[in-house]
Amino acid sequence: MSEEVLVEQKSELEERFPDISRDERKGYAGFIVPPEKIVEFATGLRDEFGYDFLSSVTGVDYLPEDQMEVVYHAYKTTGGPELVYKVQVPRDNPVVPSLTPFFPGADLQEREAWDLVGIRFEGHPNLKRVLTWEGFEGHPLQKDWQEPFYEEDGKPFKSRWPGGDVIRSEDNNPFNKNVDYPEGFDPALWEPVGESAVYAGVGRLDHAVSETALSTDQIVVNLGPQHPSTHGVFRMVVRLEGETVVDLEPVMGYLHRNHEKIGERNTFLMNIPFTDRLDYFNSMSNNFGYVLAVEKLMGTKPPERAEYLRVMMAELTRIVNHLAAIGFLLNDLGAFFTPLLYAFEERELILDIFEAVSGSRMMCNYYRFAGMARDLPEGVFEQVKSFVLDRLPRKIDDLDTFLTNNEIIRARTIGIGVLTAEQAITHSAVGPVLRASGVPYDIRRADPYGIYDRFEFDVAVRYHGDIYDRYLIRLDEIRQSIRILEQVIRDMPEGPIQEGKPQYQVRVPPGEAYGRVEGPKGELGFYVVSNGKPNPWRYHVRAPSFINLTPLGVMGKNYMIADVVTILGSIDIVLGETDR
Amino acid sequence: MTDELNSPGYDIPPEMDGQVAITTLDKVYNWSRRNSIWPMMFGLACCGIEMICAATSRFDFSRFGMEVMRPSPRQSDLMIVSGTVTKKMIPQIVRLYNQMPEPKYVLAMGACASGGGPFKEGYSVVDGVDKFIPVDVYVPGCPPTPQALLHGLITLQKKIDMQSIKNVRWYSKDPVEAIPIPVLGPDLMDPREFELIKEYSAEKQVEEGELPVVDEA
Amino acid sequence: MADFYGKGLLKGLGITFKHFVNTYLEDIRWLSRGQRRYYTEEGLESRRSTDAKGIFTVQYPDEKLPVPEEFRFIPFLIYEVNEEGEQQDRCTSCGICAKVCPPQCIWIERTNDPDTGRPVPEPKEFYIDVDICMNCGLCAEYCPFDAIKMDHDYEISVYNRLEKNIYDKERLSRPVEYYASIRPTNYNREEAARAEAEAKKAARKAARKKQD
Repeated sequence: MSEEVLVEQKSELEERFPDISRDERKGYAGFIVPPEKIVEFATGLRDEFGYDFLSSVTGVDYLPEDQMEVVYHAYKTTGGPELVYKVQVPRDNPVVPSLTPFFPGADLQEREAWDLVGIRFEGHPNLKRVLTWEGFEGHPLQKDWQEPFYEEDGKPFKSRWPGGDVIRSEDNNPFNKNVDYPEGFDPALWEPVGESAVYAGVGRLDHAVSETALSTDQIVVNLGPQHPSTHGVFRMVVRLEGETVVDLEPVMGYLHRNHEKIGERNTFLMNIPFTDRLDYFNSMSNNFGYVLAVEKLMGTKPPERAEYLRVMMAELTRIVNHLAAIGFLLNDLGAFFTPLLYAFEERELILDIFEAVSGSRMMCNYYRFAGMARDLPEGVFEQVKSFVLDRLPRKIDDLDTFLTNNEIIRARTIGIGVLTAEQAITHSAVGPVLRASGVPYDIRRADPYGIYDRFEFDVAVRYHGDIYDRYLIRLDEIRQSIRILEQVIRDMPEGPIQEGKPQYQVRVPPGEAYGRVEGPKGELGFYVVSNGKPNPWRYHVRAPSFINLTPLGVMGKNYMIADVVTILGSIDIVLGETDR
Repeated sequence: MTDELNSPGYDIPPEMDGQVAITTLDKVYNWSRRNSIWPMMFGLACCGIEMICAATSRFDFSRFGMEVMRPSPRQSDLMIVSGTVTKKMIPQIVRLYNQMPEPKYVLAMGACASGGGPFKEGYSVVDGVDKFIPVDVYVPGCPPTPQALLHGLITLQKKIDMQSIKNVRWYSKDPVEAIPIPVLGPDLMDPREFELIKEYSAEKQVEEGELPVVDEA
Repeated sequence: MADFYGKGLLKGLGITFKHFVNTYLEDIRWLSRGQRRYYTEEGLESRRSTDAKGIFTVQYPDEKLPVPEEFRFIPFLIYEVNEEGEQQDRCTSCGICAKVCPPQCIWIERTNDPDTGRPVPEPKEFYIDVDICMNCGLCAEYCPFDAIKMDHDYEISVYNRLEKNIYDKERLSRPVEYYASIRPTNYNREEAARAEAEAKKAARKAARKKQD
């Protein structure tokens, strides 16, 4: 979409909604909507202007201005850049009308904003803490909230140099642990509220009367957090009628590692290795998204060769991820380990490439602002070439014959866990989940970043929205990635890989930026607010694994409990990213 | 293998050499235990993926007799704490540890499980799983490569070799107390520290309460 | 041929069968060439190459997967031995590594000259808390003196972290030869750059002398 069209549309919007105003702070964009008008604005935007995909909702605490802000990013599923709109509320009473009844995809994100930033969403059907636990003291992302091991607002800490006398943080704590309690607190009087709140969530349904003569009592079953099928420390609370799932509630936060709080203390450069640990299967594409967001703020671009390297690594990472996703999905189906072993063999060979290039198998830390960390070592390009051109297509075909027409797999997956296109859009599903439901939305095509507009590839799309299609679409995407890699290998230029000198203290002008990439799991977005200091003021991750869990309830209901496990596997979540 | 078992420290007469084997009960006991450590199938975070890699075909820790990863704590000997331990997760980990039958071992894999790792400064991370359960081997690294994990497992085997039936805790007369399960309050609470928490919180209140009084004076 | 129920299953099993047979075929092929497939460098190399077939396992600890040059684990400090046989740290305690470290796991104590009280370019102590370090390699990347580098040694499991896992200067220091042996390409590049810089400096000095 060209700039003029965007400007034109903006004035159209202002005409239609006279109460909104443009965000005129330096470096900011979009509109500021009065809180009472937000529902009207968001639904109007969807119904009249085509912005049907509410991608990201997040809160920002502007302590000096004494206000809080909710930032929304909306898109058209037909493609094009985002539309940002914000709601500003006073800090002492942050209440915003909830969009969840109109956009179910906002559900978990609004809960997260309540949990971490403390913004209350009026009208939200289930406004509970999601990443911390019910009863947790305070809202950690508020700027005046301090954790037990708090040292300073920004890194680097002064105690490290020049008078660096080593001490473990816990040695300064009276409990010798990472804990702190409110004053006058008596643990003997404490009544835990967390668990009952969780069960209240699945208790929303009344006791359903069975239509058949055989009536059984409904029972509530916990799957996880320690369960072999939940891909980590994820927990599902399901209400069962016999073996059929009547209601389902995802419970998460068992791997909540304060990524955003630490990210706001880090300098911009320090956040790159931390993004590795978000979705630990795809550190390369996590780097990519974050680096794009900061480069948008800085107004820089990497040199040509670095652009190609970026695409190469991002696509290799997509193959790694999809191989692992297929392997784990088959594990969940009961094909214990063999498909996973085959997938992991190819994965290991790609990890060898990553290790040679970046130094680590999983935590690559390879992208830098306006460049890359280092060039390809000798021999690696040939390694990639022979792997991608020679071995991989053969192995993917093998995997295809091995699994795709297997009668057991087909019986277990076709028609199970169906998500329609409409549901996928309203629930803000992204990536393979969205495309398997028949919505051909791929950011590499819809809103190209880097140099993706130069490559020829097809957006993989399938139309049934069941587990089988979500499996097939991953195979399709691996094949498309190989196609892109072939072009990268053909066109890779020589030249520098870093624009300017590598710096450890980058200057980032004030403003906001939202960088998004089509990660293997879907839209991975980084919302970064800078105020000109070495540390970002706000650093938010729009995590695809987290938001793809919103439609889990819709997909899982009325199927057998064994199917729910596979449905979860077909979404392909990684807990590091879900809980951050 | 035979060499390991057949060096009890007693001299075998030359005419009997190669015909009899003398060993100690400790050696046989430890040898059989250390070659059948069944780990619990339990991944927490990034390191969990490297643990799975160590189980897959390239590194294949079934070569050490660990092929049967058990999803149930009741059937496992070794808990590999593979990844960041959060405050929300530690009650479950302690419960799992309590459910494991003796003899049981704990291996803290990676910086996070050992001492909090890069996320230590955060508000919801436990700074080392050894604050709650005893850990036998620490494997540094973030994440440790599968080979580093295998080295940690070999280190654990060496530790098992050093144990003796005479003084291992699971044959001692005193019953082994279960570890009290931490409670999620306004922050994580260890039931053993309730008194301390109360005392400290009251102290904090007095300290902060005193300030305005001084101001008035 | 008409599709029958179970065809997909059988075809799939064919893949696993092929995988199974391949191992033995490869073994026979290696045997017939009179080469050893296991516990040799060539054998390991073929098992990790892009035409690896059949068995994929690396028999750690008897054979170890070679680590690439860029591999990074825990950082170490480089010292050089001067003519008098004294250890001389390359580190000048400028503190850039401590400033750039994302989880802030580096503590540096600067030495002050006892007479003048001014800092001398040598660290008094240098600590890295291995239980915090995230092996990201930023310290090595941004060190202007090539004094801190990432080690390849990953076999460092311990029984007691409280005593062992804060590395002090002594534990971290390694001779420059060690660095040259684990990272030859990087070492040669850095040395060439250093020689070039020194040559330039000398040339400038000579030019200035001429002017005088």
